[in-house]
Amino acid sequence: MELQAVLMAAGGGSRMPDLTYNTPKPMLPVGNKPLMWYPLNLLERVGFEEVIVITTKEVHKMMSTDPKMKDVKMKLDVVCIQEDGDMGTADALRHIQQKIKTDVLVVSCDLITDVALHEVVDLFRAHNATLAMLMSKAHEFTDTVPGQKGKKKTAEQRDFVGVDQSGKRLLFMANEADLEDGLSIRKSIMRKHPRMHIKTGLEDAHLYCLKKAVVDFLADNKSISSIRGELVPYLVRKQFSKTTNSPKIKDDAEDQNQKTIDELLISSRDEPLLQLAQERSCWNDHRGDMSEAYHGGKLRCYVHIIDQGLCYRVNTLAAYIEANRLAPKLFEEPAVHPSAVISERCQMGSDSIIGALCQVADKTSIKRSTIGNSTTVKEKVKVTNSIIMHGVTIEEGCNIQGCVICSNAVIGRGADLKYCLVGSGQQIEPEDERPCLPCLKRGYNPQKH
Amino acid sequence: MADSGVTDGLCDTDDIERSKTEGKELTKEEKQRLRKEKKHQKKIKEKKDDAASHEDEKKKKKKKEEKPVGAASQPPTQPSQKAPAPAPVPVPASETPALADKPAKSKADLKAERRARQESERASKQGKKGDVGQPVPTSKPKAPPSELQPVVKRLPEHVQVDNPDVLKKLAKKLERQQIPLRSDYGYKVSLFSHLHQYSRKAPLTQQLGIPSTVIHPAIVRLGLQYSQGIVAGSNARSVALLHAFKQVIRDYTTPPNEELSRDLVNKLKPYISFLNQCRPLSASMGNAIKYIKKEISNIPSQCKEEEAKSKLLSCIECYINEKIILAAKAIAKYSIEKISDGDVILVYGCSSLVNHILCEAFEKKRKFRVIVVDSRPRLEGREALRRLVQRGISCTYVLISAVSYILPEVSKVFLGAHALLANGYVMSRVGTSQIALVAKAFNVPVLVCCETYKFCERVQTDSFVSNELDDPDELIVTRKGKTQLEHWQEVPSLGLLNLVYDVTPPDFVDLVITDLGMIPCTSVPVVLRVKNVDQ
Repeated sequence: MELQAVLMAAGGGSRMPDLTYNTPKPMLPVGNKPLMWYPLNLLERVGFEEVIVITTKEVHKMMSTDPKMKDVKMKLDVVCIQEDGDMGTADALRHIQQKIKTDVLVVSCDLITDVALHEVVDLFRAHNATLAMLMSKAHEFTDTVPGQKGKKKTAEQRDFVGVDQSGKRLLFMANEADLEDGLSIRKSIMRKHPRMHIKTGLEDAHLYCLKKAVVDFLADNKSISSIRGELVPYLVRKQFSKTTNSPKIKDDAEDQNQKTIDELLISSRDEPLLQLAQERSCWNDHRGDMSEAYHGGKLRCYVHIIDQGLCYRVNTLAAYIEANRLAPKLFEEPAVHPSAVISERCQMGSDSIIGALCQVADKTSIKRSTIGNSTTVKEKVKVTNSIIMHGVTIEEGCNIQGCVICSNAVIGRGADLKYCLVGSGQQIEPEDERPCLPCLKRGYNPQKH
Repeated sequence: MADSGVTDGLCDTDDIERSKTEGKELTKEEKQRLRKEKKHQKKIKEKKDDAASHEDEKKKKKKKEEKPVGAASQPPTQPSQKAPAPAPVPVPASETPALADKPAKSKADLKAERRARQESERASKQGKKGDVGQPVPTSKPKAPPSELQPVVKRLPEHVQVDNPDVLKKLAKKLERQQIPLRSDYGYKVSLFSHLHQYSRKAPLTQQLGIPSTVIHPAIVRLGLQYSQGIVAGSNARSVALLHAFKQVIRDYTTPPNEELSRDLVNKLKPYISFLNQCRPLSASMGNAIKYIKKEISNIPSQCKEEEAKSKLLSCIECYINEKIILAAKAIAKYSIEKISDGDVILVYGCSSLVNHILCEAFEKKRKFRVIVVDSRPRLEGREALRRLVQRGISCTYVLISAVSYILPEVSKVFLGAHALLANGYVMSRVGTSQIALVAKAFNVPVLVCCETYKFCERVQTDSFVSNELDDPDELIVTRKGKTQLEHWQEVPSLGLLNLVYDVTPPDFVDLVITDLGMIPCTSVPVVLRVKNVDQ
């Protein structure tokens, strides 16, 4: 077997607490499908037959009841971990180390993309790389986010990514938070790769191909807890460190018994034959200096950067809304679910989606919106640019614009909501006017203005 | 016998010749008569041959009847012979008096002769189909191709890309083996339209599932490395292939009710097709595959699986050691005798063997300098230059357009080979034959270094029949921000050709240095014969 897929679905969704208050992030509906369905669908389309899903018990329960998840034909090996256990992604990998028998493809549950996965995996295969990852050009979200007064640009920490001339080899990776004094690049890197392109507008898609040796290395080194935050920068740095020359000098954190990643990589069988083939081959990945291909380094990290096509990580509210709008375009499914009951006098735009078992009454207008399963929309309701999750009831005469309404909410008659975020199970009083109100938490009843 | 025909015709042609010598133009009738005479003479010749062969046949038949050996062949031959026998018998009978007389035949006679001939052909064809052992002289000199089929070899399918039937067969075979078909890319120059031309940007892995289950992951990795050019060069490709096969054998388990010797060979077939689709196999790879298949089929059936696998793995190790590593050492030893102090050696492109030889000679303290000749689009000479300069050898670097300017300085030319063909031709990187030609013109000795495992049974005299077309987009270059050939596909009269190999005739090669010794180019078939006897 070549690659084993691992889906990380235990994340909390810490950047959108309002949405994930009741529904865990992997099960948030996007285009009426749970969020984790998208990476699973990607893996299924590419040809995987088994996926190891690391998630919490709550999500596991919801998965078994969700109808969309039953569409997934792959065998899902669900490993449950404690939600509050502060487990990073690398810790989770260490947890399932026994199940990992070959190289690993780690995917995050909040990735929605239509990338040709073979581009990433080909880099991993052809160059015998230790790490191959996917990055995309960061998106600017232009729509107004409900619950935020005006456009507030959060100071997102930028990532500094250094690639070589071909744009494939990863030379440098650091987050702005770690670079207080400025960006320093080691001379050894500059000597080997005199031309480096440093990009800041890239977003990590959290899709990694890792060699099995890395998982074994993680098992020994318990200090690494996050793949993105610690493991990837460590591997990128290790590409250029001189461990083979000085075996006595070891890194601070490692014990005497632990094997370095280099040793684990070299200990593959038939290494001399591979060396011979590389020696006899008249190919070099760089030119201009006297060193052999890959500068003789065994550890190589590659990145595939996509600039066209869909690639979203749904970890903020803005991303969630954007994804809801664009995700349905990935698949050619009928916009209206066959079991939904829609009256004839309803005006429905072509880019709206209606979920199963919905009931939409007369004289309603639904434009650029997503309506979840089992939602009831009464007469004379105008829904524009909104996301309505499952089980919501919208009474007559409402005007909903640019809102996100979580599951099982009830919007009273004649309410006028603009750019609001309604928590799950909330009840909006009739005749309510709410221009751009921040999110309503459970148990808080709004007073009439 | 033919003379009579000639003398008969001469009296008529005499007039014509006389008129020619007199300088008059031939009249229409005279021309027509001339044409008729020629045709008639041809017919008479053929009939005579036919008659002669039929008479021989009859004699042979009589002999056969006297000695009834191989009775099975007789009954089918006899009835088939009897049918045409009466037909041609009266014909020669009627012919001989006709031949003795004037050639003025009536149209009816000619028609009858033609019909009789056709019938005899048809009958002999049917006889042939039933019994291949019939003597070939039964057929006319212009025999229909079906009778010669058992002797003619079929063309390999990779040089028949413009034949839709062959393509259909290939597609069916790949479908059966569950391997995706790689489609050709771009406009192919008409002279080479019978070869495949693939694009580097469309790898075969696009159509494969990602955790490849049909094809072993080591083979997928190898195919990718071939198609992207990461593993290039005859030796490197063979070594990488054998390495991948080692992994395949290690991961192999015999299914129940199957024998390892037969099943493993069948397992390897789709992998080989896959690798062929990624990049056409080289001669050295072909020989390595033949060797492995032979070793696998020679495994006795009582052998346990673990034992058999370890035996195969050690065979592969042995093959690599003998044919590549030790052969390189032997060739280096022979070549060093040929390198003297003060030599200026010209090399072309990046041949792993030639580089090895030069490095070894430098270690043995020979004083020489090297001129590296390079050519686009691969520019492999840069890699050769790096390897030589790293060792400390003083080098000069030129492009192939400067070869005739630099040759007066050169004392020897060392060339590597991709394969050595059975008629002594050397198949190597495109540009090699040019260098050999120019070297010959300057009387510079050309030495080709090649291991014996690259010797191939194929025969080729030109570079068109069997070659490899690389991605045409590799020829596109960007200089000062401008890419002139960017939209070459839109220009209808433009085709880009990126050839990989060419053949050098043995007249330009002075010596071939192999691990068996230093042989002239014409001794290659002898080596092949000896090798076959050994195996």
